[in-house]
Amino acid sequence: MDPVLLLLLVLLGFMLAGSLIAVETRDLLSSVICVGAVGFGTSLVFLLLGAPDLALTQVVVEILVLVVLVRVVITRRDETHATSRATLPVGLVLLALGVMAAIVFGTLATGEDEGLTMRPFGDPLLNEQAEASVMAPAGEKAPEGAPARMPKSAGGAFLAHGLSESQGSRGTGAANYVMGILLDYRAYDTLGEATVVFVAVLGVYAVLRKVGRSRHAGNESDR
Amino acid sequence: MQGMSPIVKNMTRLVAGFIVLFGVYIVLYGHMTPGGGFAGGVILAGGLALVVLAFGEEFARKALTHEAAKTADSIGAMLFLLIALLGYAGGVFFTNLLPVGEVGKLFSAGIIAPCNIAIGIKVGAGLFGVFVALAVFRRAGAGSSTGMIEG
Repeated sequence: MDPVLLLLLVLLGFMLAGSLIAVETRDLLSSVICVGAVGFGTSLVFLLLGAPDLALTQVVVEILVLVVLVRVVITRRDETHATSRATLPVGLVLLALGVMAAIVFGTLATGEDEGLTMRPFGDPLLNEQAEASVMAPAGEKAPEGAPARMPKSAGGAFLAHGLSESQGSRGTGAANYVMGILLDYRAYDTLGEATVVFVAVLGVYAVLRKVGRSRHAGNESDR
Repeated sequence: MQGMSPIVKNMTRLVAGFIVLFGVYIVLYGHMTPGGGFAGGVILAGGLALVVLAFGEEFARKALTHEAAKTADSIGAMLFLLIALLGYAGGVFFTNLLPVGEVGKLFSAGIIAPCNIAIGIKVGAGLFGVFVALAVFRRAGAGSSTGMIEG
Protein backbone atom coordinates (compact mmCIF):
# COMPACT_ATOMS: atom_id res chain seq x y z
CA MET A 1 0.00 0.00 0.00
CA ASP A 2 1.12 3.51 -0.68
CA PRO A 3 2.91 4.81 2.45
CA VAL A 4 1.30 8.25 2.12
CA LEU A 5 -2.14 6.66 1.95
CA LEU A 6 -1.29 4.54 4.98
CA LEU A 7 -0.16 7.62 6.89
CA LEU A 8 -3.34 9.44 5.89
CA LEU A 9 -5.47 6.57 7.17
CA VAL A 10 -3.59 6.55 10.47
CA LEU A 11 -4.10 10.31 10.75
CA LEU A 12 -7.78 9.94 9.95
CA GLY A 13 -8.14 7.35 12.69
CA PHE A 14 -6.33 9.65 15.10
CA MET A 15 -8.59 12.58 14.22
CA LEU A 16 -11.67 10.40 14.51
CA ALA A 17 -10.64 9.25 17.97
CA GLY A 18 -9.86 12.85 18.97
CA SER A 19 -13.26 14.07 17.80
CA LEU A 20 -15.07 11.33 19.68
CA ILE A 21 -13.16 12.04 22.88
CA ALA A 22 -13.74 15.77 22.48
CA VAL A 23 -17.48 15.21 22.23
CA GLU A 24 -17.81 12.59 24.93
CA THR A 25 -15.38 13.67 27.66
CA ARG A 26 -16.73 15.44 30.74
CA ASP A 27 -13.69 17.59 31.40
CA LEU A 28 -13.82 20.80 29.37
CA LEU A 29 -10.04 21.20 29.21
CA SER A 30 -9.57 17.68 27.84
CA SER A 31 -12.20 18.42 25.25
CA VAL A 32 -10.42 21.61 24.13
CA ILE A 33 -7.08 19.80 23.88
CA CYS A 34 -8.66 17.03 21.81
CA VAL A 35 -10.10 19.63 19.44
CA GLY A 36 -6.58 21.02 19.11
CA ALA A 37 -5.20 17.58 18.31
CA VAL A 38 -7.80 17.15 15.58
CA GLY A 39 -6.79 20.53 14.15
CA PHE A 40 -3.13 19.58 14.01
CA GLY A 41 -4.08 16.28 12.38
CA THR A 42 -5.99 18.26 9.74
CA SER A 43 -2.90 20.37 9.16
CA LEU A 44 -0.76 17.26 8.61
CA VAL A 45 -3.34 15.88 6.19
CA PHE A 46 -3.21 19.12 4.19
CA LEU A 47 0.57 18.90 4.12
CA LEU A 48 0.55 15.30 2.92
CA LEU A 49 -1.97 16.08 0.20
CA GLY A 50 0.28 18.82 -1.14
CA ALA A 51 -1.37 22.01 0.15
CA PRO A 52 1.35 23.76 2.19
CA ASP A 53 -0.49 27.11 2.19
CA LEU A 54 -3.53 25.59 3.83
CA ALA A 55 -1.40 23.53 6.21
CA LEU A 56 0.44 26.63 7.42
CA THR A 57 -2.77 28.62 7.87
CA GLN A 58 -4.46 25.73 9.65
CA VAL A 59 -1.60 25.22 12.11
CA VAL A 60 -1.22 28.89 13.07
CA VAL A 61 -4.98 29.43 13.42
CA GLU A 62 -5.16 26.26 15.49
CA ILE A 63 -2.43 27.50 17.84
CA LEU A 64 -4.13 30.86 18.40
CA VAL A 65 -7.58 29.33 18.89
CA LEU A 66 -6.16 26.74 21.26
CA VAL A 67 -4.44 29.43 23.36
CA VAL A 68 -7.66 31.44 23.59
CA LEU A 69 -9.80 28.39 24.39
CA VAL A 70 -7.41 27.03 27.02
CA ARG A 71 -7.25 30.45 28.64
CA VAL A 72 -11.02 30.79 28.71
CA VAL A 73 -11.43 27.27 30.10
CA ILE A 74 -8.76 27.71 32.79
CA THR A 75 -10.03 31.06 34.04
CA ARG A 76 -13.58 29.80 34.17
CA ARG A 77 -13.79 28.09 37.50
CA ASP A 78 -17.31 26.83 37.29
CA GLU A 79 -17.85 23.17 36.59
CA THR A 80 -19.99 22.30 33.65
CA HIS A 81 -22.88 20.25 34.82
CA ALA A 82 -23.07 17.15 32.79
CA THR A 83 -26.61 16.86 31.58
CA SER A 84 -27.95 13.40 31.14
CA ARG A 85 -28.97 13.14 27.56
CA ALA A 86 -31.05 10.48 26.01
CA THR A 87 -29.00 7.82 24.30
CA LEU A 88 -29.26 7.82 20.55
CA PRO A 89 -31.59 5.29 19.03
CA VAL A 90 -29.77 2.11 18.12
CA GLY A 91 -31.07 2.25 14.58
CA LEU A 92 -29.57 5.69 14.02
CA VAL A 93 -26.18 4.54 15.29
CA LEU A 94 -26.32 1.48 13.04
CA LEU A 95 -27.26 3.67 10.07
CA ALA A 96 -24.34 6.01 10.76
CA LEU A 97 -21.95 3.08 11.08
CA GLY A 98 -23.24 1.65 7.84
CA VAL A 99 -22.74 4.93 5.96
CA MET A 100 -19.25 5.21 7.42
CA ALA A 101 -18.37 1.66 6.41
CA ALA A 102 -19.65 2.34 2.90
CA ILE A 103 -17.50 5.45 2.62
CA VAL A 104 -14.42 3.66 3.91
CA PHE A 105 -15.02 0.76 1.56
CA GLY A 106 -15.58 3.15 -1.32
CA THR A 107 -12.44 5.14 -0.67
CA LEU A 108 -10.30 2.07 -0.25
CA ALA A 109 -11.52 0.44 -3.44
CA THR A 110 -9.48 1.46 -6.46
CA GLY A 111 -11.60 2.97 -9.20
CA GLU A 112 -10.13 1.00 -12.08
CA ASP A 113 -13.39 0.17 -13.82
CA GLU A 114 -14.99 3.64 -13.53
CA GLY A 115 -18.12 2.12 -12.13
CA LEU A 116 -19.83 3.17 -8.94
CA THR A 117 -16.55 3.06 -7.05
CA MET A 118 -15.24 6.28 -5.67
CA ARG A 119 -11.95 7.87 -6.52
CA PRO A 120 -9.12 6.50 -4.35
CA PHE A 121 -8.48 8.63 -1.34
CA GLY A 122 -5.73 11.19 -1.86
CA ASP A 123 -5.91 11.00 -5.63
CA PRO A 124 -7.40 14.32 -6.68
CA LEU A 125 -8.63 15.17 -10.12
CA LEU A 126 -5.41 17.09 -10.63
CA ASN A 127 -3.60 13.92 -11.63
CA GLU A 128 -5.88 13.29 -14.56
CA GLN A 129 -4.70 14.43 -17.95
CA ALA A 130 -6.65 15.90 -20.83
CA GLU A 131 -5.94 17.47 -24.18
CA ALA A 132 -4.69 21.01 -23.75
CA SER A 133 -7.06 22.35 -26.38
CA VAL A 134 -10.01 21.05 -24.39
CA MET A 135 -8.98 22.98 -21.30
CA ALA A 136 -8.55 26.37 -22.93
CA PRO A 137 -11.37 28.87 -22.36
CA ALA A 138 -14.09 28.99 -24.96
CA GLY A 139 -13.11 30.81 -28.12
CA GLU A 140 -9.41 30.68 -27.41
CA LYS A 141 -6.71 28.46 -28.74
CA ALA A 142 -4.38 26.57 -26.49
CA PRO A 143 -1.32 28.65 -25.71
CA GLU A 144 1.75 28.11 -27.78
CA GLY A 145 4.45 26.04 -26.23
CA ALA A 146 2.02 24.26 -23.95
CA PRO A 147 2.31 20.52 -23.72
CA ALA A 148 -0.32 18.54 -25.58
CA ARG A 149 -1.78 17.10 -22.39
CA MET A 150 -2.65 19.22 -19.40
CA PRO A 151 -3.90 18.48 -15.88
CA LYS A 152 -7.66 18.17 -15.95
CA SER A 153 -8.86 19.95 -12.87
CA ALA A 154 -10.70 23.02 -11.67
CA GLY A 155 -7.51 25.00 -12.16
CA GLY A 156 -6.60 23.26 -15.38
CA ALA A 157 -7.19 26.26 -17.60
CA PHE A 158 -5.12 28.43 -15.32
CA LEU A 159 -2.32 25.91 -15.21
CA ALA A 160 -2.43 25.54 -18.98
CA HIS A 161 -2.22 29.27 -19.51
CA GLY A 162 0.46 29.50 -16.88
CA LEU A 163 2.83 28.22 -19.50
CA SER A 164 2.13 31.01 -21.96
CA GLU A 165 3.99 34.26 -21.87
CA SER A 166 1.42 36.75 -20.67
CA GLN A 167 -0.84 34.73 -18.42
CA GLY A 168 -0.71 32.42 -15.47
CA SER A 169 2.37 32.57 -13.32
CA ARG A 170 4.23 34.79 -15.74
CA GLY A 171 1.22 37.06 -15.97
CA THR A 172 0.93 37.63 -12.24
CA GLY A 173 4.63 37.29 -11.53
CA ALA A 174 3.92 35.25 -8.43
CA ALA A 175 5.98 32.13 -7.97
CA ASN A 176 3.29 30.89 -5.58
CA TYR A 177 0.34 29.86 -7.78
CA VAL A 178 -2.06 30.02 -4.85
CA MET A 179 -1.33 33.68 -4.19
CA GLY A 180 -1.48 34.41 -7.90
CA ILE A 181 -5.04 33.14 -7.91
CA LEU A 182 -6.09 34.51 -4.52
CA LEU A 183 -4.85 38.06 -4.96
CA ASP A 184 -4.89 38.58 -8.71
CA TYR A 185 -7.33 36.36 -10.57
CA ARG A 186 -9.79 36.02 -7.70
CA ALA A 187 -8.85 39.10 -5.66
CA TYR A 188 -12.53 40.01 -5.46
CA ASP A 189 -13.21 36.83 -3.49
CA THR A 190 -10.34 37.65 -1.18
CA LEU A 191 -11.87 41.08 -0.59
CA GLY A 192 -15.08 39.35 0.42
CA GLU A 193 -13.19 37.03 2.72
CA ALA A 194 -11.42 39.98 4.34
CA THR A 195 -14.82 41.60 4.81
CA VAL A 196 -16.09 38.46 6.52
CA VAL A 197 -13.16 38.56 8.95
CA PHE A 198 -13.77 42.27 9.55
CA VAL A 199 -17.45 41.76 10.30
CA ALA A 200 -16.65 38.82 12.60
CA VAL A 201 -14.20 40.97 14.57
CA LEU A 202 -16.81 43.74 14.77
CA GLY A 203 -19.30 41.21 16.08
CA VAL A 204 -16.91 40.11 18.82
CA TYR A 205 -16.34 43.72 19.84
CA ALA A 206 -20.07 44.38 19.91
CA VAL A 207 -20.80 41.35 22.08
CA LEU A 208 -17.91 41.87 24.51
CA ARG A 209 -17.94 45.65 24.69
CA LYS A 210 -17.79 47.53 27.93
CA VAL A 211 -18.97 50.96 26.82
CA GLY A 212 -22.68 51.54 27.11
CA ARG A 213 -23.33 48.46 29.20
CA SER A 214 -24.00 48.72 32.90
CA ARG A 215 -24.55 45.84 35.24
CA HIS A 216 -28.30 45.96 34.92
CA ALA A 217 -28.42 46.96 31.31
CA GLY A 218 -29.25 43.42 30.32
CA ASN A 219 -32.38 43.42 32.45
CA GLU A 220 -33.59 46.69 31.07
CA SER A 221 -33.07 45.78 27.48
CA ASP A 222 -35.04 42.63 28.01
CA ARG A 223 -38.21 44.55 28.65
CA MET B 1 -4.26 38.66 34.94
CA GLN B 2 -0.99 39.59 36.59
CA GLY B 3 1.44 38.08 34.13
CA MET B 4 3.41 34.92 34.57
CA SER B 5 6.61 33.84 36.30
CA PRO B 6 10.02 35.44 35.56
CA ILE B 7 11.00 32.37 33.54
CA VAL B 8 8.10 32.87 31.16
CA LYS B 9 8.75 36.60 30.96
CA ASN B 10 12.40 36.18 30.08
CA MET B 11 11.68 33.48 27.52
CA THR B 12 9.03 35.72 25.99
CA ARG B 13 11.57 38.54 25.72
CA LEU B 14 13.86 36.23 23.80
CA VAL B 15 11.28 34.58 21.56
CA ALA B 16 8.62 37.20 20.82
CA GLY B 17 10.79 39.16 18.42
CA PHE B 18 11.56 36.10 16.36
CA ILE B 19 7.90 35.12 16.19
CA VAL B 20 6.96 38.57 14.91
CA LEU B 21 9.87 38.46 12.46
CA PHE B 22 8.65 35.10 11.15
CA GLY B 23 5.17 36.54 10.74
CA VAL B 24 6.53 39.49 8.78
CA TYR B 25 8.55 37.12 6.59
CA ILE B 26 5.49 34.99 5.85
CA VAL B 27 3.54 38.13 4.88
CA LEU B 28 6.27 39.68 2.72
CA TYR B 29 7.19 36.48 0.89
CA GLY B 30 3.59 35.35 0.42
CA HIS B 31 3.82 35.56 -3.36
CA MET B 32 6.77 33.17 -3.45
CA THR B 33 6.52 30.74 -0.55
CA PRO B 34 3.50 29.15 1.13
CA GLY B 35 1.69 31.41 3.51
CA GLY B 36 0.60 34.91 2.66
CA GLY B 37 -1.28 37.66 4.37
CA PHE B 38 -3.73 35.58 6.38
CA ALA B 39 -1.27 33.05 7.82
CA GLY B 40 1.35 35.72 8.51
CA GLY B 41 -1.23 37.94 10.18
CA VAL B 42 -2.29 35.10 12.45
CA ILE B 43 1.36 34.50 13.41
CA LEU B 44 1.73 38.21 14.22
CA ALA B 45 -1.39 38.09 16.38
CA GLY B 46 -0.07 34.96 18.10
CA GLY B 47 3.23 36.65 18.96
CA LEU B 48 1.45 39.68 20.41
CA ALA B 49 -0.92 37.41 22.32
CA LEU B 50 2.09 35.66 23.83
CA VAL B 51 3.44 39.01 25.04
CA VAL B 52 0.09 39.96 26.59
CA LEU B 53 -0.26 36.59 28.30
CA ALA B 54 3.26 36.66 29.70
CA PHE B 55 3.37 40.28 30.88
CA GLY B 56 -0.17 40.61 32.07
CA GLU B 57 -3.08 42.92 31.74
CA GLU B 58 -1.34 46.10 32.88
CA PHE B 59 1.16 45.81 30.05
CA ALA B 60 -1.67 45.29 27.62
CA ARG B 61 -3.41 48.45 28.87
CA LYS B 62 -0.28 50.51 28.32
CA ALA B 63 1.41 49.25 25.19
CA LEU B 64 -0.82 46.93 23.18
CA THR B 65 -4.20 48.49 23.62
CA HIS B 66 -7.47 47.46 22.15
CA GLU B 67 -7.81 50.86 20.50
CA ALA B 68 -4.51 50.38 18.65
CA ALA B 69 -5.72 47.00 17.41
CA LYS B 70 -8.99 48.53 16.22
CA THR B 71 -7.16 51.32 14.39
CA ALA B 72 -4.72 48.94 12.72
CA ASP B 73 -7.57 46.66 11.71
CA SER B 74 -9.40 49.51 10.02
CA ILE B 75 -6.22 50.79 8.38
CA GLY B 76 -5.51 47.34 6.92
CA ALA B 77 -9.02 47.00 5.55
CA MET B 78 -8.91 50.50 4.04
CA LEU B 79 -5.47 49.81 2.52
CA PHE B 80 -6.75 46.68 0.82
CA LEU B 81 -9.80 48.53 -0.50
CA LEU B 82 -7.58 51.39 -1.67
CA ILE B 83 -5.37 48.99 -3.65
CA ALA B 84 -8.52 47.53 -5.18
CA LEU B 85 -9.85 50.99 -6.09
CA LEU B 86 -6.52 52.02 -7.60
CA GLY B 87 -7.18 49.27 -10.11
CA TYR B 88 -9.74 51.57 -11.72
CA ALA B 89 -6.81 53.61 -13.03
CA GLY B 90 -6.06 50.64 -15.25
CA GLY B 91 -9.64 49.88 -16.17
CA VAL B 92 -11.28 47.55 -13.69
CA PHE B 93 -11.42 46.78 -9.98
CA PHE B 94 -8.24 45.03 -8.79
CA THR B 95 -6.25 45.59 -11.97
CA ASN B 96 -2.65 44.54 -11.45
CA LEU B 97 -1.12 47.93 -12.18
CA LEU B 98 2.36 47.57 -10.76
CA PRO B 99 5.14 46.03 -12.85
CA VAL B 100 5.12 42.28 -12.67
CA GLY B 101 8.87 41.88 -12.52
CA GLU B 102 10.75 38.64 -12.55
CA VAL B 103 9.19 35.50 -11.10
CA GLY B 104 10.86 34.52 -7.85
CA LYS B 105 12.22 37.92 -6.87
CA LEU B 106 10.93 39.80 -3.80
CA PHE B 107 9.82 42.82 -5.82
CA SER B 108 7.60 41.01 -8.24
CA ALA B 109 3.98 40.06 -8.78
CA GLY B 110 2.63 43.61 -8.88
CA ILE B 111 -0.14 44.31 -6.39
CA ILE B 112 0.00 40.88 -4.77
CA ALA B 113 2.70 41.84 -2.26
CA PRO B 114 0.97 45.10 -1.14
CA CYS B 115 -2.31 43.20 -0.87
CA ASN B 116 -0.59 40.62 1.31
CA ILE B 117 0.76 43.37 3.57
CA ALA B 118 -2.68 44.95 3.90
CA ILE B 119 -4.33 41.63 4.68
CA GLY B 120 -1.55 40.80 7.13
CA ILE B 121 -2.11 44.04 9.06
CA LYS B 122 -5.86 43.55 8.96
CA VAL B 123 -5.97 39.93 10.07
CA GLY B 124 -3.22 40.31 12.66
CA ALA B 125 -4.77 43.36 14.29
CA GLY B 126 -8.28 41.92 14.08
CA LEU B 127 -7.43 38.60 15.72
CA PHE B 128 -5.25 40.29 18.33
CA GLY B 129 -8.13 42.64 19.09
CA VAL B 130 -10.43 39.67 19.56
CA PHE B 131 -7.88 38.08 21.85
CA VAL B 132 -7.57 41.24 23.94
CA ALA B 133 -11.34 41.52 24.08
CA LEU B 134 -11.65 37.97 25.36
CA ALA B 135 -8.74 38.19 27.79
CA VAL B 136 -9.05 41.70 29.21
CA PHE B 137 -12.58 42.97 28.78
CA ARG B 138 -14.30 40.84 31.33
CA ARG B 139 -11.83 41.76 34.04
CA ALA B 140 -12.57 45.39 33.29
CA GLY B 141 -16.22 44.80 34.09
CA ALA B 142 -15.46 43.56 37.60
CA GLY B 143 -18.41 42.63 39.74
CA SER B 144 -20.27 40.77 37.07
CA SER B 145 -17.26 39.11 35.56
CA THR B 146 -18.93 36.12 33.96
CA GLY B 147 -21.85 38.20 32.81
CA MET B 148 -19.60 40.07 30.40
CA ILE B 149 -18.83 36.94 28.46
CA GLU B 150 -22.16 35.25 28.63
CA GLY B 151 -24.41 38.27 28.50
